Amino acid sequence: MFRYTKLTALREVAVWIATLIGLLPLYLLVVTALKPDQEVLTTSAIAPPSTVDFGAFIEVLTSTGRNSIPLSILNSVIITVGAIAGLVLLGSVTAYVIARRTRAWTNVTYYLVLIAIILPAQLGTVPLYIGARSVGLTGNALGMILLWIGILLPLSIFLYASFFRGLTTEYEEAAVIDGATPTQAFFRVVLPLMSPATGTVAILAGLIVWNDFFNSLIFLGGSETQTLPVAMYTYVGGLVSAWNKIFAVVIISMIPILAFYMFAQKRFIQGFAGGLKG
Amino acid sequence: MTVTTQDSTRTITVPPEARRTPPPRRPGRRPLISFGHWWWALPAVAMVVGVHYLATLTGGFFAFTDWTGLGDWDFIGFGNFERIFRDPLLLGAVWNTLFLAFGSVILTNVFGLLFAIAINRMLKTRYILRTLLFMPVVLSPLAVAYVWKFIFDFNGPLNGFLGVIGLDGLQKVWLADPTWSIWAILITVVWQQTGFVMVIYLAGLASVPVEVEEAAAIDGAGVWGRFRHVVVPAIRPSIAIATTLGIIQGLRIFDQILALTGGGPAGATETLATQVYKQAFALGQFGFGSALALVLTVIILVFAILQQRITRDRSIGKV
Repeated sequence: MFRYTKLTALREVAVWIATLIGLLPLYLLVVTALKPDQEVLTTSAIAPPSTVDFGAFIEVLTSTGRNSIPLSILNSVIITVGAIAGLVLLGSVTAYVIARRTRAWTNVTYYLVLIAIILPAQLGTVPLYIGARSVGLTGNALGMILLWIGILLPLSIFLYASFFRGLTTEYEEAAVIDGATPTQAFFRVVLPLMSPATGTVAILAGLIVWNDFFNSLIFLGGSETQTLPVAMYTYVGGLVSAWNKIFAVVIISMIPILAFYMFAQKRFIQGFAGGLKG
Repeated sequence: MTVTTQDSTRTITVPPEARRTPPPRRPGRRPLISFGHWWWALPAVAMVVGVHYLATLTGGFFAFTDWTGLGDWDFIGFGNFERIFRDPLLLGAVWNTLFLAFGSVILTNVFGLLFAIAINRMLKTRYILRTLLFMPVVLSPLAVAYVWKFIFDFNGPLNGFLGVIGLDGLQKVWLADPTWSIWAILITVVWQQTGFVMVIYLAGLASVPVEVEEAAAIDGAGVWGRFRHVVVPAIRPSIAIATTLGIIQGLRIFDQILALTGGGPAGATETLATQVYKQAFALGQFGFGSALALVLTVIILVFAILQQRITRDRSIGKV
């Protein structure tokens, strides 16, 4: 009874118009970033650039000095990759022990993890900052990686644990009977079977860490090491209405995420809908 | 010989319920094999307890002191909280926090549900549309805020558009306007979060059986009737998730404010999150900043729990 009628076609066109109007800001972003300095001020925002000019991108990417954009991209990559690696390693082994062993202490640990997901993080920020500062973990990438592992571990453990509960124990039992140690059974048999969970953890953690501004601003504030969002904030603060340069930085910060998104958009959407429910 | 034959025939004919299968493993029993090593959980448990529990408890304690990060501190009871509720700027920040949270929840849910329903059935390009509409969600909130800063700029596209359609009178310095700046922040947040809410509703709508909707339509239910009596009951869990997550996220909005207005003009767009940052980290008042963070935490917990109860109660009352 629900068939593709003229009315459905009309609805499809209407949704497309609404979507394109909704994405207009991204169009403005791209055309403005590609305009030379003069044109930004003189032409209409909607108008495409008369000639495509990568001058703004070149200027941003060749900036040097303490909080330069290229250096901050490197820092952001190091911190994001380090945090994902730690969250995959610690999250998977912990969830494995919690999900497979059924002792009183594993249940208590699981509830500790669940409550930590719900607990708002704001109140802990000041003590964490003071603690990190006293042991020299502010203003460097290592401190930031450890902080992110601590903040996101509950999410990672929760996601892995729900995957482990759905996987039968026969694989690792077979591996152990064939002579594998528990460590080998986990890393060579179980973890490879968990690649969907690893993908979800990596996507969610990667997005949160890469896009974060608040924690980087506090824990890296005023230091030599800056992540891309903080460098963007500082850099934009020094520019008045140089929108083509501001937008070049903005686009550079979006490209890695959008590239991953186009490549694995289904996993992104499912990871978000499934992962953040918990 | 006969004995062994009898034995073997007997084992074959044993009824299934009498077979000596190993009993199912009970909790507390030693399992067949050991799953990893128990100490694998140690580093993670230590980090979760330290980063989440110890830090939060310590922060709760700081909230009742006048510590400035250096030197001596005194326990001052509710002094910090009296100061918060006497300061008109901070009361304004509490109000703005609630305004942004509720405003963003209402608008993202209305638009998200509309888009979800519009693309849910029959559209040929629904997956492309879903990908495009979800795209803003994955972008950095700070980067998105700069795009909107350009749009709301006095020489920007919004005022330009108003000029073109002849509404010059409505042109404003949006981000420096005491009334409109908070709306600019709200629009920025709603633009970015609508795709997320839409995806939650699309997952919920997938659970509405086509047959039931068709049956309702054949029985004479109109579009509104089908929505009210078939779709809404089925997506109630999605409504609970979308509104609860939205409130929690909305109460913590920070990046967009710092990028768009920095809390100005004259504190018109300050929220608890921006004030926690400014008091604790810009001014070094760790005790007072923690008190503000405690207020924010209590508000988040109260609304998260309330929201859960309201959506759950209604579904029980319905059944």
